[in-house]
Amino acid sequence: MKKQSLPELQKICSQLRRDVLRMVHAVQSGHPGAPLGCAEYFVALYFDQLNHNPDFQMNGKGEDLFFLSNGHLSAGWYSVLARSGYFPVAELKTFRKLNSRLQGHPATHEHLPGIRIASGSLGQGLSVALGVAQTKKLDKDSSLVHVLMGDGELQEGQVWEAAMYAAHYGMDNVIATVDYNGQQIDGPTVKIMDLKNLKAKWEAFGWEVIETKEGNDLAAVIAGLEKAKSLTGKGKPILNLLYTEMGYGVDFMVGTHKWHGSPPNDEQLALALGQLEETLGDY
Amino acid sequence: MSLDLKYTYTEKKDTRSGFGDGFLEAGRKNPNVVGLCADLIGSLKMGDFQKEFPERFFQTGIAEANMIGLAAGMALGGKIPFAGTFANFATGRVYDQIRQSVAYSDKNVKICASHAGLTLGEDGATHQILEDLGMMKMLPHMTVINPCDYNQTKAATLAIAEYEGPVYLRFGRPSWPIFTPANQKFEIGKAWKMIDGKDVTIFATGHLVWEAVVAEAMLREEDIHAEVINIHTIKPLDTEAILESVKKTGCAVSAEEHQLNGGLGDSIAQTLIRHNPAPLEYVGVNDSFGESGTPTQLLEKYGLNAENIVKAAKRALARK
Repeated sequence: MKKQSLPELQKICSQLRRDVLRMVHAVQSGHPGAPLGCAEYFVALYFDQLNHNPDFQMNGKGEDLFFLSNGHLSAGWYSVLARSGYFPVAELKTFRKLNSRLQGHPATHEHLPGIRIASGSLGQGLSVALGVAQTKKLDKDSSLVHVLMGDGELQEGQVWEAAMYAAHYGMDNVIATVDYNGQQIDGPTVKIMDLKNLKAKWEAFGWEVIETKEGNDLAAVIAGLEKAKSLTGKGKPILNLLYTEMGYGVDFMVGTHKWHGSPPNDEQLALALGQLEETLGDY
Repeated sequence: MSLDLKYTYTEKKDTRSGFGDGFLEAGRKNPNVVGLCADLIGSLKMGDFQKEFPERFFQTGIAEANMIGLAAGMALGGKIPFAGTFANFATGRVYDQIRQSVAYSDKNVKICASHAGLTLGEDGATHQILEDLGMMKMLPHMTVINPCDYNQTKAATLAIAEYEGPVYLRFGRPSWPIFTPANQKFEIGKAWKMIDGKDVTIFATGHLVWEAVVAEAMLREEDIHAEVINIHTIKPLDTEAILESVKKTGCAVSAEEHQLNGGLGDSIAQTLIRHNPAPLEYVGVNDSFGESGTPTQLLEKYGLNAENIVKAAKRALARK
């Protein structure tokens, strides 16, 4: 895929946000907050970082792979997959509807191209990513495996089982990113279950940790992922702490957990879309 | 007086060794076969594979949830992972991981579960899982297999390596009679009629197939001719074989080292109630946990041995 300029990529971010809001609004269900905050990450990955093939093959041999562990960001993932050619953009209108391939949370059962494992029940994606990464090592396949987790998701014990495994086996072909927005469904993470010093935690588990402080600045996100890539192949798994703001891009949605799992009504949608330029054509 | 058994044995061995030997052979046959184990390599008899194929074997430490996720990832990358631990930790502890990452995601993962049931013995109820077959059979896409002796377990292990799809393979710890042939063909989903009979059918699975063979001889001494069917595959269940047998005998007994709730007996009852509501009696654990003891003591105390199968057969016959 030909690399695009920053302004071109910005346009995709804006469109992704429109897609997400229109999708959750249409079915009055879903999770708009976190995918709005991760738009830059999704676009940076699929349009700049990943060496991937939209002619989907499940085993992903020779390709960089991405796994969405926090499956409730499905609307954002579906948008970026459609916008990068995995399936028709028009199919976004089936999100969460009966007989759709775009399930509420990502699934393989309906054979949606781009999805390799179901996610939604939290804490499982890092383990799966490590399994594929281990397979790549066995097959002498030098491509990389990315996985995104929520910060609240790190409260799940399985994540730390996987963290221990990754360091023990020197899984240096894995880049795990944490959407560090400080929010979870019941409120701010510091109130619900304080994550304390995440950087120190991952370092203590034997990971190489980088921090992307401006997780909603596209250039910074790309630079962070480039840095992460440069650290692969050195015997340690890479953790990218991506500081984002939940609901970023819409002034009344940003920085609160209120929009974690609530759709906008008609009026709110109109207000939000007014702040986001339609750049690639709505589905 | 010794019983006139239709099947006999000269050697006893644990079914987990059948798994270990089958796993090694599967690994030799197919380079895509890989192994994972959560700190129980010796108990699962996975050591020979690990020694021969160290690069294809992954010790995960005591972290079963991660092991299931790893296996799912390896499967989607094209490998055939065999993930082994005790049946308790291979099911209840990781039910959600199996449900989402393996069954719902249709991943070719083989969940290999040892030390199932009461015959685990002295370790007691914390480890004696009696609910695993039920949990696994409820999952869509999951194939559930519970072989009866060393030879059948080895054959089953080789068969699941060639089958594409998630499988739960259950085996155990005790030294047990080897009464089925070496190098047998194992057909997933195909019940095996071991003994022909006309009065009552005994459907048995796992270690209790041997108890059913003994029970058949005991019943024959009282001129009751039982048919013994080895249900090594709990799911998909060979309903055709079940219905054909019960059509002939008119009543049945199910025998399993598992809770009555959710076990093989439940599956057979579902089949019979729909097509031929003949009397069915159950041999299994009746809504209780196990305890420490020897396998033989436990099978006796919880009503799972040959004598109990004989009693159940007579109850079934009386209801005809």
